[in-house]
Amino acid sequence: MGLSAATVISLAPTHQHYLLEARQMQALSFMVHIPLVCFGVAFPAMVVYTEWLYLRTGREVYRRLAQRWTKVMVALFAVGVITGTILSFEMGLLWPNFTATFGSVFGLGFAIEGFSFFTEAIFLGIYIYGWNRLSPRAHLLSAIPVVLAGFTGSMMVIAVNSWMNHPSGFRLHNGRAVDVHPLTALFGNSYLWPELLHMYVAGYIVAGFLVAAAYGVGRLRRGTWGRYERAAFAIPLTIAAIASPVQVVLGDWIAREVATTQPVKLAAMEGLYRTTRGADEHLLGWYTDRQVKYGIAIPRLLSLLAFHDPNATVKGLETVPARDRPPVNITRLSFQAMVGIGTLMALLGAYFLWFRWRRGRLPESRWFLAAVVACGPLSYIALVAGWITTEVGRQPWVVYNVMRTAQAVTNVPELPIGYGTLIVVYAGVGLSTLWVLRRLARAPMQSPPEAGAGTTRAAEAT
Amino acid sequence: MHLYVVPLLFVMAGLVFYTVLGGADFGAGIWQLISGRGEAGDRVRQHAHESMAPVWEANHVWLIFVLTVTWTAYPTAFGSIASTLSIPLFIAAVGIILRGATYALRSGASTAAEARRIDTGFAISSLITPFALGTCIGALASRRVPVGNAAGALFSSWLNPTSIVIGVIAVLSSTYLAAVYLAADAARHEDAELARGFRVRALIAGALAGAAAAVGLLVIHSDAPALFSGLTSGGGLAALIVSFAAGLAALALVLTESFEPARYVAALTVAAVVAGWGLAQQPILLRNLTIRQAAAPYDTLVLVVVAVVAGGVILFPSLALLFRLFLGGRLGETAGGTAAQTNASPTDRRTPRPTLARAALAAFVAGLILVVFIDVEWGQVLGALLLVACVILGFVAVDPPSLAEREDA
Repeated sequence: MGLSAATVISLAPTHQHYLLEARQMQALSFMVHIPLVCFGVAFPAMVVYTEWLYLRTGREVYRRLAQRWTKVMVALFAVGVITGTILSFEMGLLWPNFTATFGSVFGLGFAIEGFSFFTEAIFLGIYIYGWNRLSPRAHLLSAIPVVLAGFTGSMMVIAVNSWMNHPSGFRLHNGRAVDVHPLTALFGNSYLWPELLHMYVAGYIVAGFLVAAAYGVGRLRRGTWGRYERAAFAIPLTIAAIASPVQVVLGDWIAREVATTQPVKLAAMEGLYRTTRGADEHLLGWYTDRQVKYGIAIPRLLSLLAFHDPNATVKGLETVPARDRPPVNITRLSFQAMVGIGTLMALLGAYFLWFRWRRGRLPESRWFLAAVVACGPLSYIALVAGWITTEVGRQPWVVYNVMRTAQAVTNVPELPIGYGTLIVVYAGVGLSTLWVLRRLARAPMQSPPEAGAGTTRAAEAT
Repeated sequence: MHLYVVPLLFVMAGLVFYTVLGGADFGAGIWQLISGRGEAGDRVRQHAHESMAPVWEANHVWLIFVLTVTWTAYPTAFGSIASTLSIPLFIAAVGIILRGATYALRSGASTAAEARRIDTGFAISSLITPFALGTCIGALASRRVPVGNAAGALFSSWLNPTSIVIGVIAVLSSTYLAAVYLAADAARHEDAELARGFRVRALIAGALAGAAAAVGLLVIHSDAPALFSGLTSGGGLAALIVSFAAGLAALALVLTESFEPARYVAALTVAAVVAGWGLAQQPILLRNLTIRQAAAPYDTLVLVVVAVVAGGVILFPSLALLFRLFLGGRLGETAGGTAAQTNASPTDRRTPRPTLARAALAAFVAGLILVVFIDVEWGQVLGALLLVACVILGFVAVDPPSLAEREDA
């Protein structure tokens, strides 16, 4: 790709004892923020669909549902705003040399993302506080920019991440980025579309299963539900059920993109040490002594999946020196977790669709409800596992084959103090969010903003 | 004007907006903290919350705007600033988390007592965040941030006379702006008692902020002479004069209870100080870095300018809409309104939609084949589009509301 792996130093040499802690801080902040992103992407669409149902059918049940979800959306968006702000602070607080060296290349993506965020915040404000105060049509329309901005915002962030994995659009000269072409770097990248769609669809899966799981729990506990709860269960579940099988195909696309452009990451994902012709795929197991032990080997499947040829040669970890290899087991097990959970969700989704097709109703058996409830947290785990695969699998590089993570990190000492503080703060935010969600689930819909709306929930929920 | 200055003008404009909008949000938090117990205190807190809730998120995005444009257009400066000033920036970040958490938690509060605990519990962050950000401005203004990865002093870069006095000015001016805005909001809701209360608060906070600014000039005179000479000559001086005049005018407007114009004049008072700092400091960005040296390559600068202008074309009408609805009393939680009317009659659709379902399945199969087996880009893009179509068609075919209607359990 025409880039040398020369030392990249823009600010000064780095000497950080706590590189691992810095990476963990970034990972922690990310794990806290990413489920909220899913809700930011997918929840407005669900809410506006439900509101549209109300306007079309005139059924109170949909209005109450849309309004309750709006309250949940307020809380989750607020937490998403602040956790997202922390991530942008961390670009400088943790990785000043990364930003200083390549800000001119990738920064534009975040600048545009900022405008998406603006649009989201403004129209969400109008939507949330405009219930009953705008005309029905104007209110419904005010959510459209939120849905669109959710997409463009994801696109910009993913554009930056795909650039980090597959960098282009600049030359290095004395440790500085020159010949910078941000549009090529961000949008002329073969990684962008598969990664973007993979994440965007993941947003719908995670938000869909988590919301459906919440109502599934209620159904399992109480044993009955009314039209309100069934609608609240069916709408997000339908989205997740259709998106899950689609996600398998999109996952295959990005995996083959990785196979061609980041062979070392693929080798780590598969625990492949030696460059192998007709490489086997291993399920489960543990990578040690340059091979996967205790796993189930499927002959030649890796070559077939990665290159559509059972005899294709797959590059192994040995192709690069040890210092250029990512940690294998973390990458590999995360990848397996994502694929495993993703497959289960796709099967569950297919079952739901088949059942609906044949029987014309919701499956309400206990095992199905329990499976949907399990898919709530599992979908989040799969999401995080996918990000660990791509981020840890890119190590030791922050910009693949160009800048090492160790060169990007801050020189500030005593990082663990900040790390400890962040853990405490996030724990507090997490507990607060759970408290709010429980409160919102329990409270009757009679609080001032919705005065007059949804007072008949108990009556209808039979 | 040189191209390399233009993004900095955007950054300064963003900083002005953040100061007068986001700052007022912190100021509202400070009033929640010090408005006392009892019913009167609860009313103040409730009013501050209702005024800010619809707009605080948009107000905070200005900070994101400032950060992203800075690291795109002046990356070296951004890395240097963020590493040397990591402690105050981290404190500010934690404060922003807590401030935002207030709004999230508030949506779950069911009694006034709970709301009070939430507001006061988190309002402390409204004090520390503007202070911490103010100390960062002080560090830059007194040229204590050099180029390099944490190359400046970790503590004295932001714990020094100039930083501390600017931190205090930031807190007081936020408090002042919030009082003026909240007085105007109360007057618009025809709540004379609340308006009177915030009028007094605005006068006190305004006087304190003005006094702090005067003390600040003395401190800067001895601690940061270069900044002082910039502020007392040329554009810096002009900005300070504007701020001084606007400050007096705002005071007079508040006294005469003309709160609506006072809102804008008070904002101008604070905005002029930010502008004055920029004018006093240029063309120096960091201690040993000029704006020109810090600027990103040409292509990046052009694209940043294009992106910001294009974004602004979307942003400003949207913001205008938000504030018009909000200031027009249409988004406040106390505003009246009628429930959405609908003429549609309830309909049932229990019939399955086999054609749509088959189309969705066909789109899935075709998309799968194109994405997985056609190793050219157009095939994959077309396949991806088919998969998107499959999701939409499938959703319509499943028709979730029809599932909600059936009671077979």
